[in-house]
Amino acid sequence: MKIHVRYFANIRDLLGKDSERVNIGVGATAEGVWNLIANGSKIPKDILIAVNHEYVDAKHVLKDGDELAFFPPVTGG
Amino acid sequence: MKIEIITEQFDPWELLVDYKKNQLQNDSKIGASSIFLGTMRDFNDEEDIKTMELEHYPGMTEKYLTKLVNDSIKKFKIIDGLVVHRVGLLKPTDPIVLVATWSEHRDNAFNATREIMESLKSEAPFWKKETTNNGFRWVKPKNQNEEIVNES
Repeated sequence: MKIHVRYFANIRDLLGKDSERVNIGVGATAEGVWNLIANGSKIPKDILIAVNHEYVDAKHVLKDGDELAFFPPVTGG
Repeated sequence: MKIEIITEQFDPWELLVDYKKNQLQNDSKIGASSIFLGTMRDFNDEEDIKTMELEHYPGMTEKYLTKLVNDSIKKFKIIDGLVVHRVGLLKPTDPIVLVATWSEHRDNAFNATREIMESLKSEAPFWKKETTNNGFRWVKPKNQNEEIVNES
């Protein structure tokens, strides 16, 4: 399945890109996508994850066409 | 209700006057108005701050701000609410965020404005990058031991 992955703030700096399309097997989780794009490194403890603009946890199971985002804790206001 | 992410410097007082004149809902029922304005300081964590860049997640941010105001309409029975948040490159003294709520009685407006602001800081996807004399740094939330990620 195809997942649109987006990165913000220092996660984007860390990975050197702001988005990409990832092909991954059915049943993959958000954490599984992180492992793929970060060459197997563990998902950072304080990272926030959203799917289709809603917060989810790392074990969230993705669907084809989802927009998945990784970003650090927020600092607005 | 008004939710806006704004890329240019804005005048919060002009914006409020304009909103009250043209869009405020049921204003003959309003007995209390509560306003919070956040502005940019020229210092943070013992360093001078020259500029600050505010980034957001388009789509998700607006969705969360709308949810926060709708939650306050239900919880505090406010009559109307407004959130305007700046993004892009800011300089000290620039307004960052304006939250306003209107209700029949003061407690509801005070509480709603505070809750919207606190929830915005912990949930709405915005990120600050400060420029200091030593380069730039991403700001981490204060509840994370005021830790700052230094980069140059």
